[in-house]
Amino acid sequence: MSLEDIVICRLCKSYGGKMVLEDFDARLTAGAVTCLMAPSGWGKTTLLRILMGLTEADSGTVTGLAGRRLSAVFQEDRLCPCLSPADNLRLTAPGLTAVGAREALGTMGLAQWADAPLSHLSGGMRRRVAILRALTAPYDVLLLDEPYRGLDGETKALAIAETLRRREGRTVLAVTHDPEEAKALGAAETIVCGQRGRSARDF
Amino acid sequence: MSPESGRVRWWAAAFWLAVWQAGSMALGSALLLPSPLHVLARLAALGAAASFRRAVVLSASRIAGGFLLALTAGVGLAALSCRWRRAEELLSPAMLAIRSVPVASFTILALLWVSARNLSVLITFLMALPVLYAGAIRGLRAADPALLEMGRVFRLSPLRRLRFLRLPALWPHLSAACAVSMGLSWKAGTAAEIIGIPAGSLGERMQQAKVYLDTADLFACTLAVVVLSLCFERGAVRLLRLGERLFRGV
Repeated sequence: MSLEDIVICRLCKSYGGKMVLEDFDARLTAGAVTCLMAPSGWGKTTLLRILMGLTEADSGTVTGLAGRRLSAVFQEDRLCPCLSPADNLRLTAPGLTAVGAREALGTMGLAQWADAPLSHLSGGMRRRVAILRALTAPYDVLLLDEPYRGLDGETKALAIAETLRRREGRTVLAVTHDPEEAKALGAAETIVCGQRGRSARDF
Repeated sequence: MSPESGRVRWWAAAFWLAVWQAGSMALGSALLLPSPLHVLARLAALGAAASFRRAVVLSASRIAGGFLLALTAGVGLAALSCRWRRAEELLSPAMLAIRSVPVASFTILALLWVSARNLSVLITFLMALPVLYAGAIRGLRAADPALLEMGRVFRLSPLRRLRFLRLPALWPHLSAACAVSMGLSWKAGTAAEIIGIPAGSLGERMQQAKVYLDTADLFACTLAVVVLSLCFERGAVRLLRLGERLFRGV
């Protein structure tokens, strides 16, 4: 599929009369990393849910996503509790072998946990599995909702390096609170949104 | 051990057997209350007879048949109800009616429609259906919406969504419903046989034992039904636990 920018135009969404997203405009450059930084309650997750097709916008348009395969790290891990870490990876990446899944987990220091019950893993370990699941699934556009939250400095650096290594020139939109994280991800563009303004301003 | 677990301690069973024995000795009449040993001896004698074993197989196969039909219909109807609210609304009065009508009323009514031979299949089906339907609905609704959304975003195939997202949530609820309805099936199926008196069934034997005041036979047949019911219940739960392994690997 040829690379095409994702254009978000005048996107609005409200819940029960409370405007969450108001006239949001943005352009996500094809093949680049775009970071979105905004305070809590701004509507970042709502924006990602609209892009994922999980929530319908009240108005506005998103172009450039039709037919594109999405992958995501949600705010919560959303891993299958009945599957091991390796099988969680294989669930969303049908072509991935058990050996491939173990190798992928090894890149984030989880090889020995590949076949362990998910309940034996700590919160940080589960987060790493969720990140790897998003990176190993076949995708054209990667959506990250505060993906490195809860990871310590060293693990975060490892996870960011793995994200960049496995990105292979594909489009990424990452929501984060941390400017350092945006910098480490090598964002081509960082959209910073203020507390009051609902529209995006590019910096 | 919680009282809800249903597990029987040997000392508790021994206590109630002793109460039974004491009651039998106090009454001093095998016609009114035969002793546990007397009943066991009678059951052993009945078990040695080919006709009794045939009756067990016949009754068990009909009750199991009714249960399996109810399981299939219950899960199918629950899936429809979860998919379309109108289907749930439509089925709701029917399930309430089936749950509320006494087994004996259903059995007498059903005798007008089906032969005594197939009566226990129909009655078992009707008694187990609402329990299995309700359990399946609870299980289908227990699927984690966050995981279902994950399945949508990652474009999991319908089969994978069913196997890894829906069934693991359904299983515990369906297992519990199976355990409850299996016991209910034996109660209802046996009651239907006692009223319908199909030839060569356990129910027919119990009816004859009542007519001829053969209390020991009546107790022995009842004991056989209890044991069979427990075995079927345990068997069903074990099968379901084996089925759980389906969800443990991709």
